[in-house]
Amino acid sequence: MELLYASCVGLLVTCGVFLILRARTFPVVLGLTMLSYAVNLFLFSSGRLALNKAAVLGYSNEYADPLPQALVLTAIVIGFAMTAFVVILAIRGRADLGNDHVNGQETVKNNKKGKA
Amino acid sequence: MTLLWIPLLSFIGSIFSSLLGNLSRNKSTALTLLAPLVALALAIYLSPAVFAGDTIRESTTWIPLLGLEIAFRLDGLALLFVFMILGIGILVIFYARYYLSEKDSMPKLYSYLMLFMTAMLGIVMSNNVLQLWLFWELTSISSFLLISYWGHKSEARKGARMALAVTGAGGLALLAGLLILGNVVGSYNLDVILQSKALIQAHDLYEVILVLVLLGAFTKSAQFPFHFWLPHAMAAPTPVSAYLHSATMVKAGIFLLARFYPALAGTDLWFVLVGLTGLTTLLFAAYVALFKHDLKGLLAYSTISHLGLITLLLGLDTELATVAAIFHIINHATFKASLFMATGIIDHETGTRDMRKLNGMWRFMPYTATLAMVAAAAMAGVPLLNGFLSKEMFFAETLYQQLLGSMSWLIPVLATIAGAFSVAYSARFIHDVFFNGDPIGLPKEPHEPPRYMRVPIEILVAICLVVGMFPNLVIDGILNAASSAVLGTQPPEFQISIWHGFNLPLLMSGIAVCGGLFIYTQRRYLFQFQASLPPLNAKKVFDNTVYGIVKWSQHKITAIENGSLQRYLMLMFIVVLISAGWPLFEMAQLVGGKKPTEVDIHNGIGAALLMIGAIGTVIWHHMRMVSLLMLSVVGLMVSVAFTRFSAPDLALTQLTVEVVTIILLMLALFFLPQRTPKESSSIRVLRDIGISSAIGVVVGSICYAMITRPLNSISEFFIANAKTGGGGTNVVNVILVDFRGFDTLGEITVLGIAALGIYKLLINLPLFMPASDSEGRPWAKERYPLLLASISQSLLPLALLVSFYIFLRGHNLPGGGFIAGLVTAIAFILQYIAHGSHWIAERLTINYRKIIAFGIAIALLTGVGSWIFDRPFLTSWFDYFDIPVIGKIELASALVFDLGVYITVVGATLMILASLGKVTADAPKEEVNF
Repeated sequence: MELLYASCVGLLVTCGVFLILRARTFPVVLGLTMLSYAVNLFLFSSGRLALNKAAVLGYSNEYADPLPQALVLTAIVIGFAMTAFVVILAIRGRADLGNDHVNGQETVKNNKKGKA
Repeated sequence: MTLLWIPLLSFIGSIFSSLLGNLSRNKSTALTLLAPLVALALAIYLSPAVFAGDTIRESTTWIPLLGLEIAFRLDGLALLFVFMILGIGILVIFYARYYLSEKDSMPKLYSYLMLFMTAMLGIVMSNNVLQLWLFWELTSISSFLLISYWGHKSEARKGARMALAVTGAGGLALLAGLLILGNVVGSYNLDVILQSKALIQAHDLYEVILVLVLLGAFTKSAQFPFHFWLPHAMAAPTPVSAYLHSATMVKAGIFLLARFYPALAGTDLWFVLVGLTGLTTLLFAAYVALFKHDLKGLLAYSTISHLGLITLLLGLDTELATVAAIFHIINHATFKASLFMATGIIDHETGTRDMRKLNGMWRFMPYTATLAMVAAAAMAGVPLLNGFLSKEMFFAETLYQQLLGSMSWLIPVLATIAGAFSVAYSARFIHDVFFNGDPIGLPKEPHEPPRYMRVPIEILVAICLVVGMFPNLVIDGILNAASSAVLGTQPPEFQISIWHGFNLPLLMSGIAVCGGLFIYTQRRYLFQFQASLPPLNAKKVFDNTVYGIVKWSQHKITAIENGSLQRYLMLMFIVVLISAGWPLFEMAQLVGGKKPTEVDIHNGIGAALLMIGAIGTVIWHHMRMVSLLMLSVVGLMVSVAFTRFSAPDLALTQLTVEVVTIILLMLALFFLPQRTPKESSSIRVLRDIGISSAIGVVVGSICYAMITRPLNSISEFFIANAKTGGGGTNVVNVILVDFRGFDTLGEITVLGIAALGIYKLLINLPLFMPASDSEGRPWAKERYPLLLASISQSLLPLALLVSFYIFLRGHNLPGGGFIAGLVTAIAFILQYIAHGSHWIAERLTINYRKIIAFGIAIALLTGVGSWIFDRPFLTSWFDYFDIPVIGKIELASALVFDLGVYITVVGATLMILASLGKVTADAPKEEVNF
């Protein structure tokens, strides 16, 4: 199962990085979101994988490591804030530049210019 | 704390004088003079002790952990400089009142002058070398401000920049030198350093320290080859030149040499470097000064030359040379400051400083002319004036040195030649300006200045005369005190007198005066010769160097930073790949010793869905909506994974965040193109696949290596103390709100800041709503479906109840502020979706910014509250209470903290989505082709 888990993390990283390297803002935002999933899963797994051992006292004899969980919990919320910020930045960039290219060029070939 | 007050007063004065505003000029001047006058009185009050040989010290702690303290000391040398800085400063402030025109801002000049005064006082009084350096830099900055006082003039800006570049670079060298020095000695305390001569000079790094410190001193004191900034700094108003570029700032370098004389001097290297630099500067600048047509230019080079003289004296191997150096510091400050002020008057009353135009001024301003001539005579070294005495001493000392071995006789000869040139330029100053025919094309009709504008010059010239005639009476005490501070011992017996009988120094003086006058009479030939030389413009060299450096850096920057995000990211990813991947190759075995767990059917299906979602997102990324839906599958599966692997809190958080994220991205998609054009070339796609796969492999391998190794966690502590210390059984939540509460506080603050940033980004968004979707279909007329509206409305109270329950139980069971906040937010977002933001705005007036601030404030105050009970920040408290009907319940202060988290999360999430949603609703509906 560890191998499967690590493969999933690796695949998410691959897809995330690939999307981040794209030329338009929206795929980059998707890529960032994907990468944050991967990072959260990665960090979470530093507490190792445990089945049916939720860190709630009195429900089992052994507990999963609660510390990575606490860290990842806030990371998820902050990750949302960052995704939101980046996507709004993308909208703003589109509005100000007339296109959604990540390099911020004023005009891009083969692109019907939007109203800016 | 008398000592501390001297720099502090001038600093307060600096702030105070900047607030003077439109007060009358006399009042402004009087009020500004207050601080330095009091400081001077303090210095006089302290002087008897210093004259008696004491060193006064005062210090207060500053950063005790780093061993830094604010430490001041006042010995003879410092006292001499304090007198000069305050005394001439007071005269300059007074003089500036008459110099400045109505258009010039008086508070600005006064405030900068006082700031500069603070910096200089700080340098001379610091007892900690780092603190000394801090003030050293402050002089560079304040002199930059003063030189660029007339910022509308290009030459003022350029001159200021050049001065800052040269002295600033020297300052960095000095810092390096002082840091090494501090490391060698083991202390940054000046007292300690001055007593560690043997230790420092025996150390391998002595040469490095010496060169670095000398670089700082030479740049500041405009020694060859760093002299070129000083003539350009003459673009400053003349009072500034009189203060900074004659009496004080350029003397800071000399001060530094004198200050570290007990610790660094005495070696051959010192004498060679300091002596030869001084000699070169002395000769070179004296020669150049003669050819300057600008009065201030002449004075600037003369200043450089005299600074060279003092430097040379400090580089001579006799104790009397040091005494002579200090004597000349005083003398030069008095006559040069008065000459600058006289130049200012001439400039002020005639409108020019060009000596080719200025002639015969004697007729127009006899009084000023007399004063200037006396000062210039002192500069030339004419008997009965102070300049004569120190020059005599200088000539005498050059005879006793052994600097150049068998060629040491060269130094007195060269010194005499330099003396002759200094007589020549002084003669030019007198003859060319005040006599020599009639003025040529002056912009103004010259006349005497206002009565009081001459007062500072009169005072300084009087000092020149008194010192020149009765040296022992006036100067002995301070000279003795300063010399003993520099030498570290009682200075040798010396007798300054006007008449020593016929001896060699007197002969040298005589040769210098006669030779100088001869040079001046033959100046026409010299000028012709000088004109035939190829022009060497130091400014051009400097400008070209700066230009070259800038161009080179620009070239490098554009080579790396070409504005392409894709390129930056690619480079970063490659760096990550190398630095994270490299250690893997040095690891013997990837798989660790932990017993692997079996893959069951549930995990297999979950992993498969996740992989399909991830790959689908990439494959369909040109069709953005499809891609987004695929991404949501991934998010959902991540949430399921958290559930599966014993992290219910994470699962709930992930699930709710996922909902919010997808809604947000859908909203965003409204304003973005629906499709991504296919732009990337196949090679680029291949390259990106390569990079991303490699990173994925590396991260996956690290993850695998990590989770197959046994765990050694600090979490035992949290599990053991969650109930007893934090009062809750949900360890994750207890960690969030209690053990690591400070982290959480920071994180909700970040959340709030992100929300505010988004709010700001969306203000005045120049976007228009598309009239139709990407396929050209118009939007539905019914924007808010009735079914959804009625369901969502009845769902709202239920959802709020659920979130309240999740919030309350959070301390003991999965839940808590974060999750409850997100659930509440989603419930409200549903209302927005179902009814539109206008509908909500009619019913609810919520200022989300205030809510965020309120939430953070609650969390913060909970933390601060523990201070009342003398506990560290964010210490939590809990107890059990019996409440009728409900029964025994536990109340914890952490719950209040969690409430703050809850409110912040609700506020931030709603602000993000509602802001964007509002843009959607408000966007003008116009025909636009996206």
